[in-house]
Amino acid sequence: MTSSTHYQSANHQALETVPDTLDVLAVAEGWRAAGRDVALATVMETWGSAPRPVGSHLVIDGEGNFEGSVSGGCVEGAVVGEALDVLENGKPRMLEFGVADETAWKVGLSCGGRIRVYVEKVD
Amino acid sequence: MDLALLKQLNRERAARRGCILVSEIATGAQRLVLETDDTSADPLAEEFAARFRSGKSGMVSDEADGQVFLNVSVPPPRLVVIGAVHISQALTPIAAIAGFDMEIIDPRTAFASPERFPDVPLHAEWPEDVIPRKVSLDRYTALAALTHDPKIDDYPLIKALSSGCFYVGALGSRKTHASRVERLTKAGASEADLARIKAPIGVNIGAASPAEIAVAVMAQIIEELRKGARASVPAPVREAMA
Repeated sequence: MTSSTHYQSANHQALETVPDTLDVLAVAEGWRAAGRDVALATVMETWGSAPRPVGSHLVIDGEGNFEGSVSGGCVEGAVVGEALDVLENGKPRMLEFGVADETAWKVGLSCGGRIRVYVEKVD
Repeated sequence: MDLALLKQLNRERAARRGCILVSEIATGAQRLVLETDDTSADPLAEEFAARFRSGKSGMVSDEADGQVFLNVSVPPPRLVVIGAVHISQALTPIAAIAGFDMEIIDPRTAFASPERFPDVPLHAEWPEDVIPRKVSLDRYTALAALTHDPKIDDYPLIKALSSGCFYVGALGSRKTHASRVERLTKAGASEADLARIKAPIGVNIGAASPAEIAVAVMAQIIEELRKGARASVPAPVREAMA
């Protein structure tokens, strides 16, 4: 069960009854089976009031389509951009997001937390 | 991640088996550790055991490999209720809200009717015909036997104990339970197993109505899930008591 009521109340009702990483990993496998390039992003560390728990996934294809979430919607756009790079060069990378004064209105976490997100290619 | 590894991970999840995806951050190397694997020689063995218990993913530092991320996958908890009784009617929405997948087994069709239970999978059959063919019990499953009727309750109780269900509870007074223990002992259950049965069922909050008993049962299940001794439950499933 998810520990992220913050996310649930804001978004998908349906996720309340399914483990929230299950679908995303199934989607990743399905997309690969359909011949799409697939990158997987995983929340590996959080500090403060991060909106999604450690272990949460976002799956991204080569066209920039995505499913799942690694935050409450704050940094997904940035992760998708990085994922496209990872798909191109094949090297995994670790991203870090937090609230820095100068970036708070760009890709910061409005809740004041800090997260590290690992992005890797599925191949 | 290697596609074959992703497929294996998804297979384990679909089969309701616990596993941990281990990722070395520096190298990108990954492997899957199954809950049934013997990891005693692994430097992270204790970490694995603790994480299977808590279900929590996280980063650990390993002397040899530097930072290692453990993504823990454990199945969602499930509640199997024996008895389509009044308490079960109250328990249905409570279990759903608490995030449990609930199913009910009761061979008495007058009790197990879709009219009485529109919102939950219902098996109007004998437990012997349902377990494990349609409902498999595992260490992520709680079983509550609520019929009072030995003909219906005894078999699933024995199966729940031998399958390592994290919670096994049975409705009935101390006297009822004493005779139940006698019967199950004759059927081959060990003293240690029988001690795991929560009876009288539910945390002691003085519950009086069926709905209040349902609350007490749910509270006890959550207590076992979060604070219980699942670590002592051997895996894989023991087959001793068939």
